[in-house]
Amino acid sequence: MLTVQGINVYYGAIHALKDLSIQVNQGEIVTLIGANGAGKSTLLKTLSGLLKPKTGSIEFLGKSITNQSVQAIVKQGLIHCPEGRRVFANMSVEENLELGAYLQDGKSLAADFERVYSMFPRLLERKKQQAGTLSGGEQQMLAMGRAIMGHPKLLLLDEPSMGLAPLLVQDIFKIIQEVNAAGTTVLLVEQNAHQALKIAHRAYVLETGRVVLEGDASELADSEEIKMAYLGH
Amino acid sequence: MEYFIQQLINGISVGSIYALIALGYTMVYGIIKLINFAHGDVFMVGSFIGLYSAKFLANAGLPPVLVLLLSLIIAMTMSSLLGITIERLAYKPLRKSTRIAALITAIGVSFLLEYVAVLILGPQAKGFPDIMEKKQYQLFGTSIQVDSNQVMILITTIVLMIILQYIVRYTKTGKAMRAVSFDMEAARLMGINVDRTISATFAIGSALAAAAGVIFGMTYNSVDPLMGVMPGLKAFVAAVLGGIGSIPGALVGGLLLGTVETEISSLGYSSWRDGVAFAVLILILIFKPSGLFGKNVREKV
Repeated sequence: MLTVQGINVYYGAIHALKDLSIQVNQGEIVTLIGANGAGKSTLLKTLSGLLKPKTGSIEFLGKSITNQSVQAIVKQGLIHCPEGRRVFANMSVEENLELGAYLQDGKSLAADFERVYSMFPRLLERKKQQAGTLSGGEQQMLAMGRAIMGHPKLLLLDEPSMGLAPLLVQDIFKIIQEVNAAGTTVLLVEQNAHQALKIAHRAYVLETGRVVLEGDASELADSEEIKMAYLGH
Repeated sequence: MEYFIQQLINGISVGSIYALIALGYTMVYGIIKLINFAHGDVFMVGSFIGLYSAKFLANAGLPPVLVLLLSLIIAMTMSSLLGITIERLAYKPLRKSTRIAALITAIGVSFLLEYVAVLILGPQAKGFPDIMEKKQYQLFGTSIQVDSNQVMILITTIVLMIILQYIVRYTKTGKAMRAVSFDMEAARLMGINVDRTISATFAIGSALAAAAGVIFGMTYNSVDPLMGVMPGLKAFVAAVLGGIGSIPGALVGGLLLGTVETEISSLGYSSWRDGVAFAVLILILIFKPSGLFGKNVREKV
């Protein structure tokens, strides 16, 4: 579904991604784990078109999206739910969701609202409320709901569990599995490697802009190396 | 007391003009953090377009209300195109540069518009045609007078405010504008076309300035290529007073500034009028830089 081949991405003078290649297959949950500054968020930003690789290629659904605009990429169903939620705090929950469906023709809008509200009943309760007044967990649900409104074929999730209480983290991971079961492929960036490896099919480990390890999530979860470095035991 | 209310009514007319111009400042600032100093000159261009359309349409024998309405529409449409063009040619290439570069460019665009207008139209003031006959009305048996022009200003301003409010709150473009002004990158991730949204903002701001230009022409009967300088600066003060970036702020700031100015003049200090306006700017910047309706925003690092 997504094939990234040998991309090099620079942040000014910093060489953030070095000759990086990954692949995501239809129907998978793939997780990227790695320390802060390993380049996980940079990779997602490059996939959604916010950053452009200097060299290398990105192919999505058989077509090159390497130099396409963010808008064109979103239109093809690659949707990026950014780190830190980034909800439009000055707008209502409903308006936020509506913006998620910005490129949809509006025919499925009612059904999409219903789907997101059934997934996140809390959002329905608060649909007229300003997004800025929501709790952290609710904002994360809103950010994910907003991304789902755009009919993602591939959903990029950047740190969805960041800063949330443990119980909420469980909820969020459960929802990711549900979204995946409903047919959306997921590329998940997580600090919480333990949880991420539990729900993912495959994983890539990033270190200073390179893929240093890849494999089945369950295998990686058992590997001594990963346990030492990322799972804290 | 009646005298005070009379001046208040006069102040609301002047204030409406400031408010209409201030909206363009505040909306553009809200979306790209640029003080568009060429905005006062868009007001001037709008006024001239209104003048020539009104002359043409009146000669064609149209009834006054239609002349007014069509002149407004023509001036607003053409000025929005001017606004879009200015943004595309002058500001868009600088979107990734420092803010000061764009600000200096805005001042350059301002001079360009002013002196191209002098070149084409000549430096002399031109008389604005009397589109409608001015009538005076007595208010509720008091000595307070309202003229038909003031009524027209009020109606035009209210109608434009309702349209603006509708666009910003309920249309797709308006929602995109609010999203882009809140978080441009997140808006892009929704698939919002940021360039087009910025163009729309310039178009709406310029159209409002043009409407102010036509109203100004009808009120003061004289327009010239440098007429945009003072109202432009005053509207900037109004926008800062209300809280730059805030739409209701621009409206309240404009009305407040117009009223204060008029009251000052009516007390016999008319030569102090402009000074007071800028003193207001200084005071606001010292004591409440975020303005009446502005929020304190922390700079993102």
